[in-house]
Amino acid sequence: MPKIIVEVMPKADLLDPAGKAVNSALHRNGHNEISNVRIGKRIELHFDRAVTDADVAAAQKIGEEFLSNAVIEDVVSVTVEN
Amino acid sequence: MRIGVVTFPGTLDDRDAQRAVRIAGGEAVALWHADENLHKVDAVVLPGGFSFGDYLRCGAIAAQAPVMESIIKAANGGLPVLGICNGFQVLVESHLLPGGLIRNDVQTFVCRDQKLVVENVDTPWTNQFKLNQEITIPLKNGEGGYIADAETLKRLEGEGLVAFRYKDFNPNGSLNDIAGLRNERGNVVGLMPHPEHAVEAGFGPDTSVAMRSGLDGLTIFKSVLNSVVNA
Repeated sequence: MPKIIVEVMPKADLLDPAGKAVNSALHRNGHNEISNVRIGKRIELHFDRAVTDADVAAAQKIGEEFLSNAVIEDVVSVTVEN
Repeated sequence: MRIGVVTFPGTLDDRDAQRAVRIAGGEAVALWHADENLHKVDAVVLPGGFSFGDYLRCGAIAAQAPVMESIIKAANGGLPVLGICNGFQVLVESHLLPGGLIRNDVQTFVCRDQKLVVENVDTPWTNQFKLNQEITIPLKNGEGGYIADAETLKRLEGEGLVAFRYKDFNPNGSLNDIAGLRNERGNVVGLMPHPEHAVEAGFGPDTSVAMRSGLDGLTIFKSVLNSVVNA
């Protein structure tokens, strides 16, 4: 199925409590080689037809205006899987 | 005095907010997220809860609801709007107030009676408080950490737009201890703690006088009734 994948991450300088909790759990399990964990979101937009350039532009806008909140998050990638 | 209280799927404190309006002497009007009609209300309360299951981000999906389109338009025209907890999150996601709310720095849900300072009394929701009055109302949230970029924070402080500030203890890591904001015009106010849970003796926070006798939240609802009468 053709899809656009939008990935959203909490801003780099922002505390990510979920990532921090997972990082401590990994350390408890002996994975001290991992220095930090950050958790974001992968959002898939599915299409019943091939994805067009206009769809990608729309997805970028949707990503910035609705799927992410620019105060706390960044859209880190918008990719197409046809 | 018709005060609308919006219910979204997942809203929890709509009944409490309606009751607070009635105890203060107003008429509570239930508004529904899918109905863009505001039914001629004189003010609107966006109550607390977990609208749309906090999916995507707290308040993000509610901000796109049909009723919000009307509320945003009316708020820009001066209609008094109060956002409590999830309602505050809806207000920032609607861009009616600046900044954002993120998970508490303590990484847990926090529920406590919280002391606040009322730092701005020039709004329809705070006009019956004294400036810098200390109040105690319940706070209960998982994502109440207020953040904004340095420039926005500077503007909020410089223009006196911080309406409520945490006193003695910052429960969630909010920058500058910010508990609530007003917009430039003053008609839109949002705060994380819950005034609607401190309106009736026997059910409010403990005070030095008696257990559960705290009524500090009632002043918010009396303020809006006062401002609507005088409008």
